[in-house]
Amino acid sequence: MTTATRAPTATQRTNVDRFLTLIRIALITFVTVGLLAFIAQQISPTNPFAEWANPGADRLTGSAFRELVISGLNIGVMYGLIALGYSMVYGVLGFINFAHGEVFMWSVMSGWITSEKLFEAGLWEDFFIPALLFTVLVSVTVSTTLAVVMERVAYRPLRGSPRLIPLITSIGVSFFLQNVAIGLFGPAAKRYPQLPEWMSKRYEVFGIPGLEVEGTKILIFVVSTISMVGLWYYVERTKTGKAMRAVAEDKEIAALMGIDVDKTIVRTFAVGGAMAGVAGILWGLLFRSVVATTGFLPGIKAFTAAVLGGVGNLGGAMAGGITLGVGESVGPLVLLEPLGIPGVSQLKDAVAFVLLIAVLLFKPSGLFGERLSAEDRA
Amino acid sequence: MSVEADGATPILEFRNINTHYGAVHILKDVDLAIYPGELVCLLGGNASGKSTTLKTLLGMVTPTTGEVVLDGEVVNDKPTSYRVERGVTMVPENRRLFKRLTVKENLELGAYLRTDKDGIANDLERIYTMFPRVKERLSQRAGTLSGGEQQMVAMGRALMAQPRVLLMDEPSMGLAPALVQTNFALIEEIHDSGVAIFMVEQNANMALSIADRGWVLQTGRVVLDDTADALMANPELRASYLGG
Repeated sequence: MTTATRAPTATQRTNVDRFLTLIRIALITFVTVGLLAFIAQQISPTNPFAEWANPGADRLTGSAFRELVISGLNIGVMYGLIALGYSMVYGVLGFINFAHGEVFMWSVMSGWITSEKLFEAGLWEDFFIPALLFTVLVSVTVSTTLAVVMERVAYRPLRGSPRLIPLITSIGVSFFLQNVAIGLFGPAAKRYPQLPEWMSKRYEVFGIPGLEVEGTKILIFVVSTISMVGLWYYVERTKTGKAMRAVAEDKEIAALMGIDVDKTIVRTFAVGGAMAGVAGILWGLLFRSVVATTGFLPGIKAFTAAVLGGVGNLGGAMAGGITLGVGESVGPLVLLEPLGIPGVSQLKDAVAFVLLIAVLLFKPSGLFGERLSAEDRA
Repeated sequence: MSVEADGATPILEFRNINTHYGAVHILKDVDLAIYPGELVCLLGGNASGKSTTLKTLLGMVTPTTGEVVLDGEVVNDKPTSYRVERGVTMVPENRRLFKRLTVKENLELGAYLRTDKDGIANDLERIYTMFPRVKERLSQRAGTLSGGEQQMVAMGRALMAQPRVLLMDEPSMGLAPALVQTNFALIEEIHDSGVAIFMVEQNANMALSIADRGWVLQTGRVVLDDTADALMANPELRASYLGG
């Protein structure tokens, strides 16, 4: 009797399993063939395999490849900064705050407003560094405030409800923030003012000949590294950071230690918001353009990065961001181009999300994630 | 009927407490008092309201009627941190260490509300001499310790708050029988250092053997309130909790 009732579920499970295995095999095959074709092409674009895979294609030069890796790393560290916000909030409250991408967008937006006003006043060009610092300050303040208000207004009243409810609310908050931006600033794209020439010039780094990187990109690497190290220190080495980790693990016992749980949750949102703020202003400097939907793709990508690295794991969020950035930048030309797929440079988003699917298929806890035990998940 | 230490004011007191979870009436007209330096235990079967009693004492559950009194002050609407700061702390059921944090961090969190750096350092040393095994494992994650070691850390963490009264929720639960003995010896040691102990325990025999006084809770009502010796001798209690 019991066997009879259990049987159908067992069959269903194996069918799903079979389907997933099929996808896994397809993915591995695709990646292997792509890689082989790439290697063949690199050896000689005229060898038979490369000719068969993508006739007429040229090999990827070393400098082109290096360029791809650098811009991938660049985007990656920004994804990582945003991903920290997803990861921290998930760690403490156990839900994905989908409005986090909008917090990032508001930082890019306020960066634009501030820099534009400074430009009109003639300060942007004459006193670039103080003007930039002021812009950073404004952006970070806006995003931090936004994150804190969001917690207070939208999520705190839902504390203790099933986690699907704040998740859905966060999608609502996301739409709200996006539409307020459209309402206030209009739907058209805004341009950041011109950066000084020395910012867009290329510099040789680490004294390696040929390894030249744009000033903006160097700035992005430096600022991201500093933010990251600062955050690590804050979370791992300070008393408030310790309280934060305690709240993430067990709110009731954290309260028993005398920790103010509400305040700690607010701090978590604030820090996540500040990181998104830093990422936002860097994003603005790199792409120099912003619309109300600017937060969507980077937000989703950063969420992907957080999953890649294992949600709730800060180092993982960063590593996930970098993996994703490099993957989506290098992937199209390495895996897709040699197979003769047209328009590969348009496919980087597809590559990014296939990467997400691959991680979920092969290692659902993320590349660096710990396996959550049943009690942790409950 | 109730046994009271002569003239002193209790540290913690329940005055006619009633607690509800939704429509379910948990504690019914409960009166309790814990005096400085005594070791008292609360006995009772499953779902008799023992854990709720502890949570109400700490302010994790708010009573519907009645007063929770700390040093003569009604603290019904004060948060847990207020009570911890004034010397009430708990070793929770199943220890509930922060498993992903190191042993050292767990101990430090016990002293979260304290600002006296020297005092904290002193107390850490005291805990290391009390539990030399803990000192060897300071930089390890608490989740990697054995059950007995976790129990030591949990007690150490509670002691770091400099409690005047230590609430213990089922201290011998989930411990190997050999460890239960050591555990009770430890509780007595802590008690001897002047900390009042309020213990909720399934192991009634063991608890009463070290306690001064005890209460028996039955479906949310205090049905017995006497000295430990008298409770040990009580035929009713012997039949239901002490295994005849």
